[in-house]
Amino acid sequence: MKKLLVSVLMMAALLGAPVLAEGLLPNIPAALGEPHPEGNEFWRVNHPEILSHDRDLTVQDGIRDIDGSLKTCVACHAVEGPDAAPVTTASPEHACMTCHEYVAVKVDCFQCHNSRPEAADWSAVLPSLGGTPESLRAYLERISQ
Amino acid sequence: MIIPTKEKGAEISRRDLLKKGGAMATVTLASGVTLMSFGGKAAADGLKPGARWGLLIDAGKCPEDCSACVSACSKEHGWEDNGLDTDPQWIRKVTLREKSSGRENSLPVMCQHCDEPPCVDVCPTGASFKREDGIVLVNKHTCIGCRYCMMACPFKARSFVHEQVTDQRTASPRGNGTVEGCNMCVHKIDRGDGTTACVEACQATGNNAMMFGDLNDPESEIAIAVATYASVELRADLGLNLGVRYQNI
Repeated sequence: MKKLLVSVLMMAALLGAPVLAEGLLPNIPAALGEPHPEGNEFWRVNHPEILSHDRDLTVQDGIRDIDGSLKTCVACHAVEGPDAAPVTTASPEHACMTCHEYVAVKVDCFQCHNSRPEAADWSAVLPSLGGTPESLRAYLERISQ
Repeated sequence: MIIPTKEKGAEISRRDLLKKGGAMATVTLASGVTLMSFGGKAAADGLKPGARWGLLIDAGKCPEDCSACVSACSKEHGWEDNGLDTDPQWIRKVTLREKSSGRENSLPVMCQHCDEPPCVDVCPTGASFKREDGIVLVNKHTCIGCRYCMMACPFKARSFVHEQVTDQRTASPRGNGTVEGCNMCVHKIDRGDGTTACVEACQATGNNAMMFGDLNDPESEIAIAVATYASVELRADLGLNLGVRYQNI
């Protein structure tokens, strides 16, 4: 009986999810580049471990071609502010802050790291959007979802 | 794909991540199409094994009124010295004067990238460390800002960040409460530029007082110069075997 109740509740939660997403859940902005092949769920769960693992590879062994590169994260997940420049973590619109403010987890990364891309990194991401009509269409589709 | 060279027990290993990532892809893509893009990075990435990066500075070619290397470093790494006692100095121009003759010498002094660095000996957290290619760095992820290394350094090469920093250079993260110093433009070395910001700036002025290279590579320009012409280490009496050498002082 208890199991039945639990599964009924879970079904209700699942059916209600789209409604919740509109209002209560954080509205995570779409990134500019290609989507992660591992899927968003994987990165949402594992990004702290990947970032802290890969930072040691870079700092100690000089390996810069890593999956968890904060520089790449910040460039690809940049959100344009009202002044047409990427916003910093001071803004709740920042890709990291949309989620981290929601779950009340402080981000220490940006005490030292810049929370927005430098002009060169920012413009390096943009061609991947307008390179071909297909890529632009794919990007617009991702945004509209 | 990068296989970690040193497995860290408490952390999730790349192998585990791959397994989980693979599993997830199979679940989401039941059609049999695999979008996994791990692996395939053939080019060697990371520090050059067996290298000892160093600088050779000819004080005879360094005019007293030139500070191109200092401004280039400041621009490259985003630090600013406005003359306050607490302002950072990754590199500074120093004037040496011989007491008996009065002969004066102007030269840039930065972290000397010791082979046996005192800053590494005294660091309580292991944040101050020497890379395998001889570059002495602060790992700001573990630095607690105790400043022991600043006390230990015979060359006053390290600075403490006293203020909140914003809009840092991406390649040079800096933050309040940590110690910093010359990192021999480690991001440029890893990128394969084969030079540093200060050396580039010095060459651009035409003075050509600075030279960068691998001291361990007998074919390199710097190794040949060190083997051919007289050069000295600052405070050679300390026996630290420095990566930065000077001529004509």
